[in-house]
Amino acid sequence: MAELTYRDAVIRGIAQEMTRDPDVVFLGEDVAKAGGVFKATVGLYEQFGPLRVRDTPISEQAIMGAAMGAAMTGLKPIAEIMFSDFFAVCFDYIANEFPKSRYMSNGQVKCPLVIRTGNGAGSRFGAQHSQSVENWCMMIPGLKVVAPSSPVDVIGLLAAAVRDPDPVIFCEHKSLYATKGEVPDGEIVDQLGTAKILRPGKDATIVALALMVPRALEAAEKLKAEHGIDCEIIDVRSLVPLDTQTILGSVAKTHRLFSVEENPRLCGWGAEIVSIVADEAFYDLDGPPVRITTPHIPLPAADILEDVVLPTPGRIVDTVRRSLGS
Amino acid sequence: MATIKDRASVPAGSGLNDDIGEAKRLELYRTQVVLREAEQRAYDLFLQNLVKGTSHLSLGQEAVAAGFAGAMQKGDLSFCTYRGHAHTLARGVPVEKVLGELMQRDNGLMRGKGGSMHLTSVEHGVMGSYAIIGAHLPIACGAAWRAQYKGAKDVSVCFFGDGTTNIGAFHEALNFAAVWKLPVIFVCENNLYMEYTPISEVTAVEHPAADRAASYGLERIVVDGNDADAVYRIAQTAFTKARAGKGPSLIECMTYRHSGHSRADPAKYRPEGELERWKLRDPIKIYRERLLQFGVAETVIKGIDNEVRKIVDDATEACKAAPNPPFDIITTDVYADGGWAWRN
Repeated sequence: MAELTYRDAVIRGIAQEMTRDPDVVFLGEDVAKAGGVFKATVGLYEQFGPLRVRDTPISEQAIMGAAMGAAMTGLKPIAEIMFSDFFAVCFDYIANEFPKSRYMSNGQVKCPLVIRTGNGAGSRFGAQHSQSVENWCMMIPGLKVVAPSSPVDVIGLLAAAVRDPDPVIFCEHKSLYATKGEVPDGEIVDQLGTAKILRPGKDATIVALALMVPRALEAAEKLKAEHGIDCEIIDVRSLVPLDTQTILGSVAKTHRLFSVEENPRLCGWGAEIVSIVADEAFYDLDGPPVRITTPHIPLPAADILEDVVLPTPGRIVDTVRRSLGS
Repeated sequence: MATIKDRASVPAGSGLNDDIGEAKRLELYRTQVVLREAEQRAYDLFLQNLVKGTSHLSLGQEAVAAGFAGAMQKGDLSFCTYRGHAHTLARGVPVEKVLGELMQRDNGLMRGKGGSMHLTSVEHGVMGSYAIIGAHLPIACGAAWRAQYKGAKDVSVCFFGDGTTNIGAFHEALNFAAVWKLPVIFVCENNLYMEYTPISEVTAVEHPAADRAASYGLERIVVDGNDADAVYRIAQTAFTKARAGKGPSLIECMTYRHSGHSRADPAKYRPEGELERWKLRDPIKIYRERLLQFGVAETVIKGIDNEVRKIVDDATEACKAAPNPPFDIITTDVYADGGWAWRN
């Protein structure tokens, strides 16, 4: 057992898989010699050499296409798109190419690849370098979408993503890179499509993702200590496949549902979960499900503005407390 | 505007140079006839409302597909556009499978799940037909990267039209392939029209692919795309270079589309007489004359024509008799487990 940062967990996860399988290769902008702009790939070039860890030009379409062509023909590429906002310049591959090739070819073409990307706000970078775009990807049939919140999950879910035969979008949260967590020694392999109950509770279910997970946990402590409300916190972790059973089971116990989402409100991932719970567990609910999200705005750059628009522990506490009428 | 006069800048076919040999020439001829007959049949079936959706024909461009396919080895990979019927057939994919897909029947190459624009046959090295302009150039780079990484000798060949040279992915892929020295060949079929608009009206250089080659440290190559021998020779050179680890090639083949852009396009934008001039240089007409020049008996040529016609006739009947795809394949192969489940 060792304490590791989320950033170092990315390095360890990639290294674990590259050590295991010589067909795992890695490409992206500034990822090799420079070790990545977030320093989340430091040492991989030195460890695995220039044939397996490759710097690319600033050509997101070439990165995505190259990963796809390599995956179709037998490699297991990991590609980095530096900021998830840049998905917009290579969205053809995310929306049209690698998720649809298996279906359109009637199963002939396989696309086992992982796209890692720096996602989310908190760095005061403004509207084009701060977005949470997991919901852009969630709506596309054929993709899998993962967003870990802790170092141990980074390693385990990255390993699962690399070993998965489908294309996986792996959202790393930029504001979590410096956070730390306990990580066991040895190989770590997790399972896609599994949510985790991080804190059991009986009064309300709060589902959260990535940076919103520690905020929900902090809110839960306050709600318990100051208001006597006992919240169950679920880290959704994997949007596709989605572990609805864990969520429905929790709602059956607590009878209330809250989502905490960093993505802007419209068509955020929480809307799908609320819809599923409304369809399938309506009579378990003692009150309306409530979504706590970033408003439907581009993100402002200024620190005091950005801090106000993202869901905070304070906003979560207030929303849950008001909804439960205490 | 680029017209037939561009032929002046193209190296002429090399007359009676018998470097290719009769067996290969007969193969190149037969391939072109297969493409012509199958695509002409697709057009006829469209008029009968039996080919559904859209279809983008390569009538008049057969020499490019035949010349490259003739130079490929087993294991080489083809990446095509939505105008990909010819390249798919040229790799030996059965006519019935292709017509079946165009007719959206259960005997189609992808059982009707892909359609005309996405012909794919991995067992024949046809790694897909891509309907988003430019998308497959980077993908071909990735396949070539795998060959380079694995020390394999196969080459990835990426076919696209002149219109593709003005989209970003073209330039990203060319630079990427050149910097990584990838075993990939980029083949531009310049048929003078991007879709409905002359390529010359929307492009800063005369030769939309070749005149950009220097930007990526590549040789400027323009070839007569209506002469299968000329295409075959230049293809061999590019394959040799790629297999020797000397990196990519960009080849612009000058050709002409006898039909419109897609089935919806009567091609009324063409200047009067242009189609007729190009039809004088019909690649199959050129090649038939060449075979005769080399002393191939007319009966042999007719024999090939008849054999191919029968294949296409039989395929047509088989497709007409084939059932529609069953509903149970709607939800198969969304994910690798064979199904479409996105939740537990």
